[in-house]
Amino acid sequence: MSGPGPGTPPPTSEPLLRVEDLHVSFATEEGVVKAVDGVSFDLAAGEVLAVVGESGSGKSVTAMTLLGLTRSSNAKFEGAAHYKGTELIEASEEQLRRVRGAEIAMIFQDPMTSLNPVHKIGDQIIEQIQEHEGLPDQQARERVVELLDKVGIPRARERVDNYPYEFSGGMRQRVMIALALSCDPSVLIADEPTTALDVTIQAQILERIRELRRETGAAVIVVTHDLGVVADIADRIVVMYAGRIVEEGTLDEIFYDPKHPYTWGLLGSITRVDRPRPERLPAIAGLPPSLADRPEGCHFRPRCPHEFAQCTQVPPLESRGDERSEHRDRCWLTGEQKRELREVRPGEIGLEDKAGAGAG
Amino acid sequence: MARFVVRRVLQMVMVMFAVSVLTFLIFNVIPNSDPAVRMAGRQASESTIQAIRKEWGFDDSLPTQYVTTMKKVFTGDLQSQFTQLPVGEEIMKGLPRTLSLAIGAALLWMFVAICFGLYSAVRAGKLADRFLTILALIGISMPVFWIGALMTHYLGFKLGWFPNGGYVELTKDPIDWAYHLILPWTALAILFIGFYSRVLRSNVLDTINEDYVRTARAKGLGERQIMVRHVLRNSMIPIVTLWGLDFGAVVGGTAILTETVFDLQGVGQYAAEAIGQLDVPPVLATTMFAAFFIVFLNAVVDILYAVLDPRIRLQ
Amino acid sequence: MATEPATDQPGLQPAVAWEQEAERARAPGLGPWKLGLRRLKRNRIALLFGLLFVLLVAACIAAPVWADRVAKTGPNTNHLSDTIRVDGESKNVVALDGIPIGPQWLKADGRFFLGADRNGRDVMVRLLYGGRNSLLIGVTAAFMTTLLSILLGTLAGYFRGKLDLAIRSILDVIWSFPVVILGVALGVALALGGLQLGPISISGDSLLIPIFIIGVVYVPYMARPIRGQVLSLREKEFVEAARAQGAGPMRIMFTEVLPNLASTLLVFFTLLIANAVLLEASLSFLGAGVRPPNPSWGTMINEGVERIATAPHLAIVPGLMLVLTVLSLNVFGDGVRDALDPRAKVRLEH
Repeated sequence: MSGPGPGTPPPTSEPLLRVEDLHVSFATEEGVVKAVDGVSFDLAAGEVLAVVGESGSGKSVTAMTLLGLTRSSNAKFEGAAHYKGTELIEASEEQLRRVRGAEIAMIFQDPMTSLNPVHKIGDQIIEQIQEHEGLPDQQARERVVELLDKVGIPRARERVDNYPYEFSGGMRQRVMIALALSCDPSVLIADEPTTALDVTIQAQILERIRELRRETGAAVIVVTHDLGVVADIADRIVVMYAGRIVEEGTLDEIFYDPKHPYTWGLLGSITRVDRPRPERLPAIAGLPPSLADRPEGCHFRPRCPHEFAQCTQVPPLESRGDERSEHRDRCWLTGEQKRELREVRPGEIGLEDKAGAGAG
Repeated sequence: MARFVVRRVLQMVMVMFAVSVLTFLIFNVIPNSDPAVRMAGRQASESTIQAIRKEWGFDDSLPTQYVTTMKKVFTGDLQSQFTQLPVGEEIMKGLPRTLSLAIGAALLWMFVAICFGLYSAVRAGKLADRFLTILALIGISMPVFWIGALMTHYLGFKLGWFPNGGYVELTKDPIDWAYHLILPWTALAILFIGFYSRVLRSNVLDTINEDYVRTARAKGLGERQIMVRHVLRNSMIPIVTLWGLDFGAVVGGTAILTETVFDLQGVGQYAAEAIGQLDVPPVLATTMFAAFFIVFLNAVVDILYAVLDPRIRLQ
Repeated sequence: MATEPATDQPGLQPAVAWEQEAERARAPGLGPWKLGLRRLKRNRIALLFGLLFVLLVAACIAAPVWADRVAKTGPNTNHLSDTIRVDGESKNVVALDGIPIGPQWLKADGRFFLGADRNGRDVMVRLLYGGRNSLLIGVTAAFMTTLLSILLGTLAGYFRGKLDLAIRSILDVIWSFPVVILGVALGVALALGGLQLGPISISGDSLLIPIFIIGVVYVPYMARPIRGQVLSLREKEFVEAARAQGAGPMRIMFTEVLPNLASTLLVFFTLLIANAVLLEASLSFLGAGVRPPNPSWGTMINEGVERIATAPHLAIVPGLMLVLTVLSLNVFGDGVRDALDPRAKVRLEH
């Protein structure tokens, strides 16, 4: 159990969602894959939490596990996730069903494949409303028209009866958002909500999520590999690498004072169009490790230019700064060393104008 | 949608024409022997051969021969060289029997295959799934006439549970009709159950991994609703197509192998007997009509498919 | 593309590129064939049935050994009025009422191991010789189908346009005929005069007739999927790269396209043999396949079904042999497909 670190003040109120020491492993042909390895975090009501990492970092698995979507005969789970008095990891399918869609809703990465091609989009949303609230057909339909209108689909009343193939990618993602919001969930999980979309559409979708969050007050978990997305809407950031959290902190802490060399690399790979391009972008060398066969100690070790003897032991996730804050990381380097070594200086990656980066 | 239907029907007519040409070629051009001799049968006198040569115009040019042949087929002028009975009438007489066999079998195999296939997919990798897989493979490995013959001999003749072949009109006695058809239905269905349950199983397994099924689960729908509305509905689309085509293949082909064993006296048995006697006119007619039937069903299935899957209409 | 392997090169690596690399890194260093072989080795049932097929083939090849050494008779030798000694007693091979003796197993020193048929011929000997014919037809026809399908499929898929349209139309028309009736129609048409293919003339009794028929009727079923695959392969980067380097169509076909079709072809070939053996039986059952007195499993089943009431072993024995053969091919082919099909992989993230 590694709940809040020793130095954190006791939380003033219970978090909406508390994930404690979550482990997920899958049996595959290449052996047992530990996709998630002891992940803990809290989500407060109305907060936007970003989970950032490369593909294979376990971020999507973490998100989907909260709703039991990774359950299968070759998956194993440990740990807990408390949501309003329900423990989600061990919950029965029956209990989970009441949470899915109604309490915690999800938006998936690929809007092209996430809607059933043979059913009208209206029916696919009505289905969820009726499952949880049992509204009569006509009322549910009215609600759907309202929702579609709210997420910015023109001529919503006619479009309800269209099939998914009659929408563009961005429009389909709006349908997905309408679907996710249809039962007024308290938590919205967006798994790479903009990855499959064009850059301009991305900005629109993010804008929409931000607006809707303001209106409904739902807490949001955004899962992404794109720090640009995060800069736009996140309050707090969790950086994952090879199944573990390597750094967590507020948006400003991560962007202006990144502690983990992996985070430096992530930040370095955002290009800014409004600045002259530097000679060499500080990107991360090498490949993420195979999840079935990860290096001992710090998983980032083989790719880290600052590796030293202590790195063969797993660094704990804790606050190493001068102040006792909730900005925690998993790197043995001292705060001073970090400030000296990191190539990404706040000035270079600066995000003074926050709205611009996402659309960039 | 209307344009789609018109286009599809036109295409159907063209394929039917091509089918008739190919049938003509198979019987009149490809073989390395005098078509008149072949038509006359194994032991025919020289005068019969001459009469046939004249009647079918085998000395004319190929296009004229084609027209003569088609005229004979479509005007009901075609006669068996063996029994001298008109081919068209014989086919019409046998058709209700063949359709009884095919429709019943098709319903049976679809129903059982859905049950097996779904169960197999839900239990994928478990013992029950493996057992059903082996069973299905045994099913598709058995010749229908062989299993049919064993069934009539042991279940019909030896044990007396079922009639030993034969057919009773549906209008005369529906129960006796079904009773006489249980064994033929089963024998014919076994083959297709094996095939369909495997196709359905793999479709279901593919569909279960689709993103939209994950979405359905994330919506909080019950497992039954996910299976029926999202998985089964989508997995069934390719199967319905297959069903139509296989129904045609049964009426036009597999029935030949089944009817004789059960003495159903349908079109298939008629064709089988003609084949045994190398009696060309009935074989020619049944071959062509069988292919026509399949081409027709093909078009029906395509149109049905467009109704089921809205994306098709666009193409 | 292929200039530098994306290993420890620092520098420009935007996040999207990492994703692709992660994908590449996740696949272990084994090629698809090695990986497939490893999977196949783990599939005990498929291997077992593969072995069964090999044994069945070996038994049929060894038919003369059994005929000369044990049964001491040929496949077409009648023993209508002969007697054999069973347990010291003399017995008619075919009883006076026309009913042949059933399986003797080893009671008559291996003679009439599986009994006799109505002409007093040794069923075991005929079963093995018939198997030779059935398997010969099955394998040769499957081979012919494969060659024709590769030819038509690649031509249509690679050159597209008018050639594609023509080939596709012909295949569609052939495909409109149910396999059995097309085979039967050809069988009836070719039975009397045989077939003249250029300088080659085939008599109506020859085994080549059913081989030709079966070889042709399955072509659309195989050529159409091949065409589809070639169509998508020709758009792949590696084919375009080869074209850009000046490789001609033939070269691209043999070095780029065909190797990528190999796994499909292998699976198809196995299942084709199974289907061809079955179709041979159906055609022979209807009298449009192998011509008696030549034995094949189909003709034997046909003769057996006629006499099932008095001598059921005549139908059961060749039928079982056929089912075992087809089943072993189907199970093995299934295993091969599972082993080579990448979809069988467990999906992780995304």
